[in-house]
Amino acid sequence: MKLIITVIGQDQVGIVAKVSQKLAALNINILDISQTLMQGNFTMILMGELKTAQPNFEKIQAELKTVGTEIGVDIRMQRQEIFDAVQKL
Amino acid sequence: METGQILETIQMISEENLDIRTITMGISLLDCIDSDVKRATDKIYDKLMRSAKDLVKVAHDIQIEYGIPIVNKRISVTPIAIVAAASQTDNYVAFAKVLDKAATELGVDIIGGFSALVQKGYQSGDEKLIASIPEALNETSRVCSSINVGSTRSGINMDAVKQMGHVIKTLAEIDPVKCMNLVVFANAVEDNPFMAGAFHGVGEADRAINMGVSGPGVVKHALEAVKGQPFDVVSETIKKTAFKVTRMGQFVGNIAAQRLNVPFGIVDLSLAPTPARGDSVAEILEEMGLESVGAYGTTAALALLNDAVKKGGVMACEHVGGLSGAFIPVSEDAGMIKAVENGSLGLEKLEAMTAVCSVGLDMVAVPGDTPAETISGMIADEAAIGVINNKTTAVRVIPATGQKVGEDINFGGLFGHAPIMPVNPNSSADFINRGGRIPAPIHSFKN
Repeated sequence: MKLIITVIGQDQVGIVAKVSQKLAALNINILDISQTLMQGNFTMILMGELKTAQPNFEKIQAELKTVGTEIGVDIRMQRQEIFDAVQKL
Repeated sequence: METGQILETIQMISEENLDIRTITMGISLLDCIDSDVKRATDKIYDKLMRSAKDLVKVAHDIQIEYGIPIVNKRISVTPIAIVAAASQTDNYVAFAKVLDKAATELGVDIIGGFSALVQKGYQSGDEKLIASIPEALNETSRVCSSINVGSTRSGINMDAVKQMGHVIKTLAEIDPVKCMNLVVFANAVEDNPFMAGAFHGVGEADRAINMGVSGPGVVKHALEAVKGQPFDVVSETIKKTAFKVTRMGQFVGNIAAQRLNVPFGIVDLSLAPTPARGDSVAEILEEMGLESVGAYGTTAALALLNDAVKKGGVMACEHVGGLSGAFIPVSEDAGMIKAVENGSLGLEKLEAMTAVCSVGLDMVAVPGDTPAETISGMIADEAAIGVINNKTTAVRVIPATGQKVGEDINFGGLFGHAPIMPVNPNSSADFINRGGRIPAPIHSFKN
């Protein structure tokens, strides 16, 4: 299944490295990545793919949150379908 | 990857308080009817525990996977006045207690359906249920009660209107805060997921998942971008926003229904405020250009909002239902509270607003010494607005026992606080004491 991971916060050295390292450890393959500065905030959106049959979302959320706290950014992980549901006809 | 759309969706959730206000599982209790109270309540307990055992877990999982907050998990049941009518007892408190017990054990926030539909008259169960309301609500914490006293097809049952004034007063004397669990309706709907008025109508399937979505903050934010522009633009903007909000409800409802193996009922596309900053319907009206809610133009602004929300939401989901529109509960809306406190909004203007919004006088605190007949008078006026205009109206009024105008009553958490509002001091007693039934309006004869 596809996941959208968004990282928003103060720009600093190593955000991409730390987030992608954690995604690799969680067995999430990065399909697409985009980053921009929005109102001075570093904003990165990753599309990831998770091939685990019964993923433990609780664990994934908790681990991403821990990385976010370590580097001082806000990390969200959401299954992709929610964005299609809201934005597409 | 549409990064702009992704970020917009995230902003709606994280900054503008877009949420799934409730996943409500409607459960029919018609197959639990029994002449023996113990057997009936045992059957009710078993059916609730069996039907809703995964409700809280499924809601939690969806929240974790999709990052959309699901604020409440609720259950609505067949009106207990119907379920309990065959049971040999004069007191229905045992039925309220079993609902409360099951709700507590299941971890659902509220259970609705301690209800009676008396728009045309009382059956034996209705009388017993209404008499049991003060004790039932006082001895439970999660049970909600609703009474339908009028409908466009039947007119207004003025005996029930009179009785409900007394019931509300009696309940308030025990504990005014409990009055927020009791609502008096006209034209009550059978698939409403919102409380205190949710019950599972007799025409419904055995079980159904009904969704309530909310996001006043999202609408307000969208309107900030069209400041000063004509109402055509305002209406279009609200429609587009309501569409997106409702899609979220449709999407989550579909997943919840699949995982629970329960048919998906309806999405109720209501703008339900909370006391949280930026989650206010009043602020939407003020964003349209009113100095304060209550100013002349408020009713027109609310009418436009209510209509545009419905139009935007209707195409976004398979089945629309419930109350669908804008709620204007005073204590649950920071903007409403502010307007009442600074004298900009009174009961008369609120009543006018209820003619064009989706419910009625909601979460309104009045002085503790307000006579029961005055409360009945308020109920009669609201019921008349609903019955004549073919819409749902409701009264959820809190007589603040021992308190007077200028003071404030606190309900805690999501329910906020309410400044006590002055009521018209003239008596309605002789009018209310007539009893009987106000006939159905001429436009009820559509056959």
